[in-house]
Amino acid sequence: MTDVTPTPTRSERARLLRDFWFYFSENRGAVIGLAVFVALVLLAIFAPLIAPHSPTLQHRDLLLTPPAWVAGGNPDFLLGTDAVGRDILSRLIFGARQSLFIGCVVVSIALSGGILLGLVAGFFGGWVDAVIMRVMDVILAFPSLLLALVMVAILGPGLMNAMIAIAIVLQPHFARLTRAAVMAEKNREYVMAARVAGAGRLRLMFRTILPNCLAPLIVQGTLSFSNAVLDAAALGFLGMGAQPPTPEWGTMLAEAREFILRAWWVVTFPGLAILITVLAINLVGDGLRDALDPKLKRS
Amino acid sequence: MIRFILGKILYLVPTFIGITIVAFGFVRLLPGDPVLLLAGERGITPERHAELSHALGFDRPIWVQYLDFVSGLFQGDFGLSLTTKKPVLDEFLTLFPATIELGLCAIVLATLIGIPLGVLAAIKRGSWFDQMSMGTALVGYSMPIFWWGLLLIILFSGILKWTPVSGRIDLLYYFPNGTGFMLYDALMSGQKGAFVSALRHLILPSIVLATIPMAVIARQSRSAMLEVLGEDYVRTARAKGMSPFRVVSVHALRNALIPVVTTIGLQIGMLMAGAILTETIFSWPGIGKWMIDSISRRDYPSVQGGLLLMAGVVMVVNLIVDLLYGVINPRIRHS
Repeated sequence: MTDVTPTPTRSERARLLRDFWFYFSENRGAVIGLAVFVALVLLAIFAPLIAPHSPTLQHRDLLLTPPAWVAGGNPDFLLGTDAVGRDILSRLIFGARQSLFIGCVVVSIALSGGILLGLVAGFFGGWVDAVIMRVMDVILAFPSLLLALVMVAILGPGLMNAMIAIAIVLQPHFARLTRAAVMAEKNREYVMAARVAGAGRLRLMFRTILPNCLAPLIVQGTLSFSNAVLDAAALGFLGMGAQPPTPEWGTMLAEAREFILRAWWVVTFPGLAILITVLAINLVGDGLRDALDPKLKRS
Repeated sequence: MIRFILGKILYLVPTFIGITIVAFGFVRLLPGDPVLLLAGERGITPERHAELSHALGFDRPIWVQYLDFVSGLFQGDFGLSLTTKKPVLDEFLTLFPATIELGLCAIVLATLIGIPLGVLAAIKRGSWFDQMSMGTALVGYSMPIFWWGLLLIILFSGILKWTPVSGRIDLLYYFPNGTGFMLYDALMSGQKGAFVSALRHLILPSIVLATIPMAVIARQSRSAMLEVLGEDYVRTARAKGMSPFRVVSVHALRNALIPVVTTIGLQIGMLMAGAILTETIFSWPGIGKWMIDSISRRDYPSVQGGLLLMAGVVMVVNLIVDLLYGVINPRIRHS
């Protein structure tokens, strides 16, 4: 079968990549965000080498030690210790693993599920489309955090279940986007040409149409990554996500709540870590949107 | 117009049925036997267990329970809370004003700050003000609000001692026949200091809940304004020699606000999710905190009713926003 889909050659691909980088690097914030994100990834990978202490080791004689630069601080514990004497810096470094892992898993599940549903709905139309989209509407009708909470309550608290719940809640956005893109693309000439050339349904869906719908999905994927990190931390904070003693940032905040008026550092640093991570990813998302699809407006 | 409204409402019917199935199904899947939970620590004999199951209707086929549930809904019967034994709808309606009060304050705050910020940023595009305000908006958009709330408590309640840590009003004040809207009740009661106390309790939670909507509204206003400023009619107005202020306020702003209105409306769902966290941090006695408590107590009917009512509120608000949009923008209505 002759392939009528325009597949870029290697040099063309390199040019596309250069173009992309040109537009992406125009946005200073996006480059900073990317640098921070890469740093976080490295931190997560090499956590055991970088962290000065074990994230779960309790230094019983050093409970609630303030950060090193504050009076009463201990230079061994740069960001201080928590209520049971664990090093906060080490827990934060290991926490980066949790957050990035959560983001990756949630986006993978939501993206693949959403793309599949959206492709099927958009490609087949009719009652298949109606049923799938109504189910998506139902999921979107509930406040997302509430739905995730109830799901975790059913499945039992824990990181894995929290990730599944968040993925299900985020998934309709991908389904809707994919469907809209597929509907716009499926009657274009190149799809017709592929159809006439004898491409099967699966090939039409995945090889011909899908690659041309990817730009908005990548942007949404980045936004969902940051949403996943935030929601997982919120669930952890409410006691429904990762369980102690896992060094997850939201769970750390929940444990620190009772000390807020006595030991500001146990509360401040985990939240700051969440904020920096989410901010970096959102900056990258903004840059991606500007670079990949100038038509998508800032919103 | 009537056809437009009816069409919109009809479109919601399958979603509504879906919501009832989800609310009903989820709660059946929750682990833990509610009868055993009711019995408490003393335990229960098998006979008494069967008796209670029967009395509460847990022994009937699942679809009978569902139909019973739906027909009850139409009569305003959302079941009885397992913990307080009061009707779920009553509990919801008692606590809902607290959430509405908080949510309204938050959305007003978000709009009053978000729109001017976005509009000014668009007018002064590329300036330091634009960069600063959009940078702030992005930080706000990325904010873990449960942490933000704790930080504000540390600063304003802990160090500066300006605001109270939790609750809706000082314990000194009590309004037996209140509406549930604390600001209104406090004002009407005529008790000295009551209104100020209620207001001071409301400030921090409102700021926390307003943070994300404010950021979204500011970003949306900026992009809507930028788009409108590039239109021909704005250039014409400028060419006519109109003052820049009039061009912006009369010609551009009105058209730019149309998509912003939708954005504000769509924040209601976000507000509900935010209310769960905000109310938990500030011990605000609204439906968000009530839902969290109900989930941890395995109070089946309350979780069920709460899920349904919250989704219902979001659905109705979205419908109103849709209809409003049709009123402001006739092109939508006739398409």
